[in-house]
Amino acid sequence: MAQEPSIPSPGAELWTGARDSLPMLVGAAPFGLIFGTLAAPSGLSAAGALAMSLFVFAGSSQFIALTLVASGSGLAVILLTTLVVNLRHALYGATLLPHVASLRQLWRVPLAFWLTDETFAVVQLRYAAPDPSPHKHWYYLGSCLAMYGNWFAWSLAGVLLGRSLPHVEKLGLEFAMAATFTGIVVPMLRTRPMLGAALAAAVVALAGRGLPYKSGLLLAAAAGVTAGVLLEPRKVGP
Amino acid sequence: MKGHEVALIAGMAAMTFLVRYGFFALGERITFPPLVHRALGYVPVAVLTAIVVPMVLLPDGAHWQISLRNPWLLGALVTAGIAWKWRHLLGSIAGGMAVFFLYRWLAG
Repeated sequence: MAQEPSIPSPGAELWTGARDSLPMLVGAAPFGLIFGTLAAPSGLSAAGALAMSLFVFAGSSQFIALTLVASGSGLAVILLTTLVVNLRHALYGATLLPHVASLRQLWRVPLAFWLTDETFAVVQLRYAAPDPSPHKHWYYLGSCLAMYGNWFAWSLAGVLLGRSLPHVEKLGLEFAMAATFTGIVVPMLRTRPMLGAALAAAVVALAGRGLPYKSGLLLAAAAGVTAGVLLEPRKVGP
Repeated sequence: MKGHEVALIAGMAAMTFLVRYGFFALGERITFPPLVHRALGYVPVAVLTAIVVPMVLLPDGAHWQISLRNPWLLGALVTAGIAWKWRHLLGSIAGGMAVFFLYRWLAG
């Protein structure tokens, strides 16, 4: 039985998800490298650094953990910090839940493990697309696998090459991530509530950028969401 | 890998996974009330904007650079312009990156 030509196969979705994540693979590369490079001077073994990239897979908390390890912080402090730094992922989980709720646990567990800022950015866009493809979770998986392999490979390169690396961090590759997020957000700003959400989030993120453990980011998300809801047109009463 | 590193990594992995998996674990056993559902619709715009704007306006993390001599701002504006007009994601990223790297190369 031939499939509708308009419905992409799982393999095609997988590939598109990986391809759409390409700019963010470039953007994440310097972070992975720097993480690998900083591990030894911070007092984390090479195996520890690689295990962290494999099993934790969360860039910002990995960096903060390095700082805390170097300063001799206790385990409880590091774990609590990890929790706070990653809280925004719970927001991503809630946002994507309606799309993954009917998948089996066999799918939901790995898709949750691999949920990052970058994957969330492209995957929410895929789910928002109007086509009724039943294979959008394959797109999600494609983005995950690309980001995961990329993160591990650059962490490994950082650990192996260490300080002998040319100054990759000065190339400005991180801009690729800023460009991707900008390109995703801007077309969404066509309604007043969306525009208000973005403005409120931007103002609070700038004001709270000095707050510890990315809590400014959480406050900004809360402000943006609140502004959006408040700006929605009121329904005319009965 | 030493024992305390195993504990550190296992703990961090558990924390991170629980935060990411919490809602996914519930699956179809939870449906959000309409207000929450609407509110979650603003999460992508709010979070992605909150990540990007400080990166672009304070590229070194400390100093405001609101000027077209700031390649981050210039590149982001080009990306935003292309994205707004043509709604083409990869095109907007490529355009912004081209301007960003060209400007940095020219400015040495």
